[in-house]
Amino acid sequence: MSTMDEEIRLDAPQELAAAPSKLMVVRETLLQRPATIFATIAVVVFILVAVFAPVLAPYDPLTQSVLNINKSPSPEHWLGTDQFGRDVLSRMIYGSRNSLLFGLISPVLAAFIGTTLGVVAGYFGGVVDRVISRLIDLLLAFPELLLAIMIAAALGGGFWNIIAVITIAFTPGFARVARASTLAVKQESYVEAGVAVGLNTPLLIFRHIVPNIAAPIVVLMTLWVASAIRLEASLSFLGIGTQPPNPSWGNIIRDGLNNLFGSPWPIVAAGLAITCVVLAFNVFGDALRDVLDPETRQ
Amino acid sequence: MARYLLLRLADAIPTIWLVLTLVFIAMRILPGDPALAALGDMAQPQELAAFREKMGLNVPLWQQYLQFLFGVVTLNLGQSYMNGQSVMQLIAYNLPYTIELTVVAMIMGFGAGIPLGVMAATHRNKLPDSGMRLFSLIGYAIPDFYLGALLLITFALNLKWFPINGAGEGFADRLHHVFLPALTLAFVKAAFIGRLTRASLLEVFGKDYVRTARAKGAREPRVIYRHGLRNALLPLTTGMGLSLLATLSGSVAIELVFNRPGIGRLLINAITERDYAVIQGGVIVFAMVVVLVNLLMDLVYIVVDPRIRVS
Repeated sequence: MSTMDEEIRLDAPQELAAAPSKLMVVRETLLQRPATIFATIAVVVFILVAVFAPVLAPYDPLTQSVLNINKSPSPEHWLGTDQFGRDVLSRMIYGSRNSLLFGLISPVLAAFIGTTLGVVAGYFGGVVDRVISRLIDLLLAFPELLLAIMIAAALGGGFWNIIAVITIAFTPGFARVARASTLAVKQESYVEAGVAVGLNTPLLIFRHIVPNIAAPIVVLMTLWVASAIRLEASLSFLGIGTQPPNPSWGNIIRDGLNNLFGSPWPIVAAGLAITCVVLAFNVFGDALRDVLDPETRQ
Repeated sequence: MARYLLLRLADAIPTIWLVLTLVFIAMRILPGDPALAALGDMAQPQELAAFREKMGLNVPLWQQYLQFLFGVVTLNLGQSYMNGQSVMQLIAYNLPYTIELTVVAMIMGFGAGIPLGVMAATHRNKLPDSGMRLFSLIGYAIPDFYLGALLLITFALNLKWFPINGAGEGFADRLHHVFLPALTLAFVKAAFIGRLTRASLLEVFGKDYVRTARAKGAREPRVIYRHGLRNALLPLTTGMGLSLLATLSGSVAIELVFNRPGIGRLLINAITERDYAVIQGGVIVFAMVVVLVNLLMDLVYIVVDPRIRVS
């Protein structure tokens, strides 16, 4: 956004005003508040755990052992074992990979599709706009979780289906923001000038409109990473997300509930992990919004 | 106002039609043959044909679509593929339990959320406010099924204060059964409503009429409740619709955690059994509730805010 640097300059402390490079603003915003520091650390640790899962996990997450059923936490099994004798810590570590994958892929895909729809609707207007807007309004009336459950009911579980489900659930939100921003940008004189000098439509859209509506889209994307992680956990808990024996934090809780009298540790650990990661991404996303989209800062 | 009402009602009809059509398309592009899914891989060709005939799957797609629409209008949603029970009967049995859970959760959530929000707004930047902020952060992050599982383990399994599963019989027993599941859903709700109340109240507190009320010597409780809260209620009605639908989607997982009958559990069980008729029925119920709640919210606005009536 062309006015962004000015905005940041206005909001930034005085000593920064001389040279408010983006990096400095990022550092200031992320490192000023203790909560944001913790959130950033948690996000980094989470990503590292997911990436290095095979190195970190002490056991294979799928290996069952009849002799080691429902063990409480011990030096061998830090979080105990489940009703199949699988090491809970290893399942947790591998489960983080699912959370990270779905948490990152779905918002990006939804942002891409939603932005395309929104820009097309906002730019061309007319019948196209009416059809797309109607569909967006309809889908927005549904809470994301309910929409996801309904789509998953039709599609069933499995990797690509979950991606599709979460993506569809998030797309209308992006489309609405992109449409509104496009309508606003379309009124700007530089777009009118582009039309006047005879730029062709794709160039106008990709050169002049998309870059100018990118900030709110990116902000929305980071905030929805947390929602996507929670959505994947919910779907897996309901049995329509990641399919067993593949571990996911959601289905670890599901297995735990089926084994209530065995060991409560899987439930406690997996739920705590989801809560912390979602919390961290929320706080982190809020801080990032302050950097990228200072106008919305309270 | 009557004209607006009629317009809004007329507007709901194409929406409902669109939703039903989407459901129909989604259910028909399903991978796999529903007959094969219902009868299993060992089924004989004549058995499959008989099943398709019975479930109306052997006619052209447009005929199936018309039959489907006609069925919905006449409240006939077909039979369960698994046990032949009428889908409508299954829904009629399960829906009251979901409504019960949602209503109790809403009452508890608003009952706790509004006072919490008032407290946070009147003690701005003091301990109650920070407490409220922490509560809403956690309320947003914690998955409701996890909170439900924790409550179940603590208060039902270990302390034995509450039953572990089921919905109970008779008023007191049902209330006893619904308490923990509703509390789970109410926790998240209270966080949301509390934050909304706080923001809305703070905005109203900045208004001239509140300053006037204070200036003429009205006592603080009167300022807060008579002048503040009453005017802060309008955004809360928006929150009410959203939060009703959020509670409804949350109820799906909560019914599973507490093993309660309800539409959510019916739908999830149908998904595991690949019982397409029941899946379709459950999805239609949820979709219709969403459309109706949105319609209802629009009507509530007119009642609450006279300004909308004029424009």
